[in-house]
Amino acid sequence: MPLMVGIVSYGSYVPFRRLKRAAIAQTLGIPAGKGERAVASFDEDSVSMAVEATRDTLRTAAGANIGALLFATTTPPYAEKLNAAIVGAAGRLPLEIRAADLTGSVRAGMSALLQAGDAARGGTTALVAMADCRLAAPEGKSEQSGGDGAAAFVVGSEGVIAEIEATASVTREYLDTWRMPGERFAHGWEERFALTQAQAPLLGKAIQNVLAHAEVAPSALTKVILDVPNPRAVDEVARAMKLEPAQLADPLALTVGQTGAAHAGLLLANVLSAAKPGDRVLVAVVADGADALLLRVTDAAAAYRQPRSVGRLIESKGDVAYASYLKWREILPTEPPRRPDPERPAGPPMFRSQTWKFGFVGSRCTACGTPQLPPQRVCVHCGARDETEPYPFADRRAKIATFTLDRLAFSLNPPTVNVVVDYDGGGRFLCEMTDCEPEKVAIGDEVEMTFRRMYTAGGVHNYFWKVRPKR
Amino acid sequence: MASNGIKDRVAIVGMGCTQFGEHWDKGPDDLLIDAAYQAYESAGIDRKDVDAYWLGTMGQLSGLTLSIPLKIPYKPVTHVENYCATGSEALRQACYAVASGAYDIAMAIGVEKLKDSGFSGLVVSDPPNDGTLGNMTAPASFSLLAPAYFKKYGLDPDKGKDVLSRIAWKNHRNGAKNPKAQFRKEVPLEQIKASPKVADPLGIMDCSGVSDGSAAAIVVRAEDAHKFTRDPIFIKALSFVAGPGEGPLAQDYDFTTFREVVASAEDAYHQAGVTDPRTQISMAEVHDCFTPTELVLYEDLGFSARGTAWKDVLDGFFDLEGSLPVNPDGGLKSFGHPIGASGLRMMYEMWLQLRGEAGPRQIKDPTLGLTHNLGGMPGRCVSFVSIVGR
Repeated sequence: MPLMVGIVSYGSYVPFRRLKRAAIAQTLGIPAGKGERAVASFDEDSVSMAVEATRDTLRTAAGANIGALLFATTTPPYAEKLNAAIVGAAGRLPLEIRAADLTGSVRAGMSALLQAGDAARGGTTALVAMADCRLAAPEGKSEQSGGDGAAAFVVGSEGVIAEIEATASVTREYLDTWRMPGERFAHGWEERFALTQAQAPLLGKAIQNVLAHAEVAPSALTKVILDVPNPRAVDEVARAMKLEPAQLADPLALTVGQTGAAHAGLLLANVLSAAKPGDRVLVAVVADGADALLLRVTDAAAAYRQPRSVGRLIESKGDVAYASYLKWREILPTEPPRRPDPERPAGPPMFRSQTWKFGFVGSRCTACGTPQLPPQRVCVHCGARDETEPYPFADRRAKIATFTLDRLAFSLNPPTVNVVVDYDGGGRFLCEMTDCEPEKVAIGDEVEMTFRRMYTAGGVHNYFWKVRPKR
Repeated sequence: MASNGIKDRVAIVGMGCTQFGEHWDKGPDDLLIDAAYQAYESAGIDRKDVDAYWLGTMGQLSGLTLSIPLKIPYKPVTHVENYCATGSEALRQACYAVASGAYDIAMAIGVEKLKDSGFSGLVVSDPPNDGTLGNMTAPASFSLLAPAYFKKYGLDPDKGKDVLSRIAWKNHRNGAKNPKAQFRKEVPLEQIKASPKVADPLGIMDCSGVSDGSAAAIVVRAEDAHKFTRDPIFIKALSFVAGPGEGPLAQDYDFTTFREVVASAEDAYHQAGVTDPRTQISMAEVHDCFTPTELVLYEDLGFSARGTAWKDVLDGFFDLEGSLPVNPDGGLKSFGHPIGASGLRMMYEMWLQLRGEAGPRQIKDPTLGLTHNLGGMPGRCVSFVSIVGR
């Protein structure tokens, strides 16, 4: 009997900021689309968002022995340097793991899930993180329909909440969407070509195969997730399968937008948060071929809780002006400030402080019990030297002790909010606050930690932690 | 605490100070030469008479920065730095050198040439690091004091802003009487209060000026002072504290005080035998890099009881005509803050005041003057306090 493998836990991340489609239309003088799209903040990218989703899934996968990490994105911050290693460092994954970046197509998220299933069947529990911060040219369709976001899954054989019943894939070479290294915006062939020749037929074939393999009829599917760029392809496939409208999963088009390689996973996380034992979920994505995955929700799912659901993240939001979005994505170049460019962070210091910088692990003095961060060899309270143990702070809540709004420091989203925060249980930190309204910041506000890209200098992305109001 | 003090063992017998401001036409060499020669002349000595030098500057390295432009003939020149307390650090070292007997005549000189960088505000570069240090500007880091102080002592934001603005107003009013200050115009209170925000709640008028300048002092042992001038001033106390940086690490630091200032003031008062600073200190130059700094310093230096300095400010207690004039020369705010020179510029005002040479700023019969110089940020700083007198 083959090993039963599947999803053990899941997590998701939808950025705080929303760009109303009407705001795009108003500035550009084009017809307004409905709803809004999620926009990654100026201090976010696919790696930082993947970290948020990864932390979420790990929080609900206690005791999982991760042996592989797969990071999927079409917008890797590094073209050559293992982006997955950064996600692993922030997720505090063990040293002895297999890791890979999967990129090049929005299909990569599903590819990662399928490969994770294969790894799990071989006895290796895998963590899949998928994220995208897709750049689209102003006035185009993708700018309106796109979104930024992330999802993450632990795939294994113990504590499975959604079993992988069957998978199917097709891979076909055709010209629909393409982008060369160094190009910011993707090109697209006329939509009707891919719609009629590729999307509908390839999707149909993959779905047909996966259902045949599992001997499951379309009518037995509780939810069907179809991640396709063109809604017409969804209509066609749904008609062919004779699906009821209720079976089609919300594509989050009006609330988040299409989040590239993360989208199928994000929709899946959303579906799983409302799923019941026995439900069957079909996930399919089409891009340069198609992948289909059939899941059956297990009895163990009844006891599983992911408090930070996609729905909750969607509701926690604040607007961003179109002009700000253009500046954040550096589509609109702006006058540089009269401040020096930041220096690139140095390799050896980052290597020495990895668990602090990426993992946000401070120290606790074992002589007097005082937690402190950054980790200290000499205790700030009692002066004991080298009597410490690691003390993770990333999941701890804190309150603001004092703050200021720095309008002199360079920022793509001025003013920079600087806060001193005091953690429940001890420890204090001076840092930036993000995803907030500066005028509303007050002493006593509750905050939580978030992993961000502070800046990029000398071709090196400088990642670290900020606080944000509780979401 | 084994800080024995050198009360009345060292005297300042000559001082020099350039005008502070935007000296586009002068480099650091020019400023050093100007201040040094003013000091030599003030003490009635020649360049060759000085036995040892202490040079305070953040922007340049090595004693060569002084010895080369002045063509100092093979004498010791030590470069010192301690953030914005650099100038006082140079003075402190020169004093200990002559007190020890190692040298007879020493010069402490400070200089900074900030206007060549082209940047807005102060910029400090860090050595190669892991990118987690943050890029908080100077106004932002001192601005952290304001919400904490206002909340602790029940000042609503508007009243708090009134207090801060009153401090800036006082310092500009004093600077208007000072030909060497960078800014020499009185500024109306409303204009200060409404100035564009730099680091909320601080506006541009809550911040000291970025400035070029240099200042110097000649120090000798007390018993030799009469050879140089009829009116030397005597060091009663020199204290310095570098904090352990608890502020950003420990929850019990509440951003309404500088523990380092409290410790250095306590040591200085002990060295000088001062028991009630509010009545025994005649005048003070304190580190008003930003207005909330000066507010907090009044309490840390013991001029006001905890939580009451804001009332003393509004009462005019620290005005030029008040009971304890603070920053009679205009302070960092209107004199300007060329980092390496500031500590010595503070001493320059004490020198003028104690010798009756402060002109329109003259305080009546001062006995003890205090200078306070600070570097770093609230919760993580260095603090220097000196007490001088006749």
